[in-house]
Parts: sequence; C-alpha cells; structure tokens
Amino acid sequence: MTDTFSPSPAVPAYPQARTCPYRLPSGYDHLRDDEAPLTRVRLYDGRTAWVVTHHETARTLLADPRLSSDRLRDGFPVISPRFLALTRRNIRPGLIGMDRPEHGAQRRLLIADFTVRRIKSMRGDIERIVAGFLDEMLAAGPPADLVTAFALPVPSMVICKLLGVPYEDHAFFQGASRRLLQSETADGTAAARDDLADYLRDLIAERERSPGPGLLGRLVMGLASGEGPDREDLVSLAILLLVAGHETTASMISLSVITLLEHPDQFAALRADPEVMPEAVEELLRYLSIADLAGVRMATGDIEVGGITIRAGEGVIVSNAITNRDGAAFEAPDVFDVHRSARHHLAFGYGVHQCLGQNLARMELQIALTALFDRVPTLRLAVPADTLTLRPASTIQGINELPVTW
Amino acid sequence: MRVTADREICVGAGMCALTAPGVFDQDEDGLVTVLRPAPGDADRPDARQAADLCPSGAVQITE
Repeated sequence: MTDTFSPSPAVPAYPQARTCPYRLPSGYDHLRDDEAPLTRVRLYDGRTAWVVTHHETARTLLADPRLSSDRLRDGFPVISPRFLALTRRNIRPGLIGMDRPEHGAQRRLLIADFTVRRIKSMRGDIERIVAGFLDEMLAAGPPADLVTAFALPVPSMVICKLLGVPYEDHAFFQGASRRLLQSETADGTAAARDDLADYLRDLIAERERSPGPGLLGRLVMGLASGEGPDREDLVSLAILLLVAGHETTASMISLSVITLLEHPDQFAALRADPEVMPEAVEELLRYLSIADLAGVRMATGDIEVGGITIRAGEGVIVSNAITNRDGAAFEAPDVFDVHRSARHHLAFGYGVHQCLGQNLARMELQIALTALFDRVPTLRLAVPADTLTLRPASTIQGINELPVTW
Repeated sequence: MRVTADREICVGAGMCALTAPGVFDQDEDGLVTVLRPAPGDADRPDARQAADLCPSGAVQITE
C-alpha cells in the first residue's frame, strides 16, 4: 500500500525572526496582505493557532472576555519552549497570566502607583538618573555599548525606585531577567525564574521584618492583614513588575536610537522641534512593537469575527507588530513618520491587560531620548546597522549589545 | 456632549487622563474620574479620542 502524500496548505510559521529591528519579517508579508482579519499559523510545536492581523479586529478580540490569558488552561498556545517552564510547575505569571475577576482585583492593587499624575511626579528623579548614566558614559568613552551604559541601567534604576528593590543588586536581576526572557529551553527559563523568585522571596521577608519603600514595601504590608495577594502570588507579581519594568523600556531605548539614526530626515525633524518628542515616541512604539508576543490568548467559547469562527480551545495570537502596520489604521504603515498621530497603536496591548506601566514607559523614553541626543549630538552607530545581532523571535524584541561612538 | 465613566470596569490605564486632561483625571486609587461631564468645544476632540483609546470601554460619550 502506498501512502498518498497530501501536503497541507502552506501554513506559515509563527513567530518569525526579524532581520532588521524596524522591519517586519518578510515571512509575514502575505499574512498582512490577507483580506481576512485572522490567519492560521503554525507554532514551533506543530500546533496551529490564529494570528490576528487587522487592527480593529485586534481591539474587538482583546476586549472579548471569552479570550483567556490563563496559561494553565489545557491547550493554551505555546510560543516557544521557555513558555513551558512555568506551566509545567503549575505557576501562572502575575497579572498577564490571569483572567477576570482575579486579574482585576490584582491590578487594582497596583494602578495607584502608575497613574499619569504619579508618573509625572517621578520626572525629576528620572531626569537625574538619565543624566547620571550619561555623565558616566561620556566620561568613559567614546566608544560605548549603549545597552550596558545607558539603555538598560536607566529603566532598571527607575523600576527599582518605584518598586523599592535595591539597585545595587542590578547585576543579578538584569542577568536573571535576560536568562528568563531569552533562554531557549524550559529548564533554562525555570532556573532563571527560580533565581528571581528566591531573590524576591528574601527581599519580601526582609521587608516584613523591617518595612521598606516603594510599591513592594506597600504590598508586603498587605501580607500581614491578609488583604491582597498571598506570598507566592506576590513573588510572581514582583517578578513580572521587575522584569517587565526594565527589559521592555531598555529594548525600546536601544531600538529607538537605531531607528532614528537610520532615518536621518525624521531624526532631523525631531531634533529641530523638541515638541515632537511625545508623538515621536508613540510612532517608535508603533513602528518597533517590541512586545509582539504579549497578545497570546485561548478561546473559551466559539467566537464569530470577520466571517470566521474561532472555536473554543483554539489559540489566538494578536500580533501587535502586524496590527500596528495595518493600512486601515495607519496610512502608509511601513513609513516611519515622527509627525504621525499614532497613539491608537497596540504596542501596549488593549483591553483589561493593557500595559500597566505604559505612562512610565512613555515618560522614560521621552526623557532618555531627549537627553541622550542633547548631550551626545554626534552619536552614531560604531558598526553598520545591518551587522547588529537582534534577539530571536521568541522573546521581547531587542538587542543585547549596541556599539556606538560620538 | 455627555461624558460618563464606569469605574467598575476601569483598569486604570490612564489613557483618558493622558489624552484629555481637561476632561478626565484619575483618583487616588488610580480609577477614572470625570472632571467635565459636559465638555466645551475645545475639549471635545480630545474627549472623543480618549473614549476611543480607553482599553476597558469605561469611558463613554453621548453626542
């Protein structure tokens, strides 16, 4: 008997690696051209999931309570082996791995520390932190690795201040965060998570003995009263806030510098008019879409959208990189334009899980980029942009090293 | 124009206070408060944008 080989229709792999920090992988081209708002993609483990490619459909789905973020659900889509590290041990990440009503209750404990007004009150602190690292970089160089000299330490020190984590431990938690996000294996990710959990468990215990500053200090006080998350939930939450609080903004600073330097006309327009900076940051957030894997969900019921039925149990990935290049939402979407009004981008997500720290990120980016180019107006890449090594597709987009000179 | 905000479903993202600070604020818990339920002409475009950007659907506008 001869088996008849019947090739399945080509289902594209997802996610795919970028070869340029600000261009989508060429393998996504036909996903974007597709008239349907959803397309089937194949994940690394051979399973398929829907990827959402239209901006308006993305907003509709991200607001739909039938899409679950609970990664412990049987059949939740797995994007890379590192995502198995926690589910194998029955651990859900704080906030991002939770559904309502539990998610809302936990989020409400945190939002007072991230309001627009509270973040504005941190401006002076952030400006001093930025100036301090620029002083050090200028004293030591040129050249410099912009990631280690500036892009990573600035948001690290800012989130430490907000959370009440000692910045002197930065070498440890920066390294562990990098391993958590970039390990290629579940075991590597699990070990990094254990290291961070041990560190934060100790810090929480210390804060119970003697009260400390910041958001963590406040949440620790809730342990004794029994209000709020229990000890292990607090550890998971602290890991999320610490890691998400510095890795994402660090990536944005590095990739924004590359993008601006590689678009001299837009860079000149920004330098000529500093008032443009807030809109330029929105455009950078849209154009770079570094957290392209944040919108992973599973349908808990059948959902009809755009003439397609998502079946209960199917995975749904809202690609903010692709939806942020939807021509129906952004005119000439592949053009980088600092004058564009791009605030409706989905770089911070949408729905109840929209980024808690988005206004902190906005302010950090505005201050960091403004000060960097004011203090180092001749900043340039020390190597050709096309020789830079980008991170793989399976994690927050970014770069581990960025040689610059001036 | 009438502006309302549902504090039960607000997630405190702050898009309203960022986009239309003349119309919205966040209280000490981080939840939306409406400063001007009937905004004047100057604030209306921002109020509309704030409603569009609100990630939870808490901000509603009736024209």
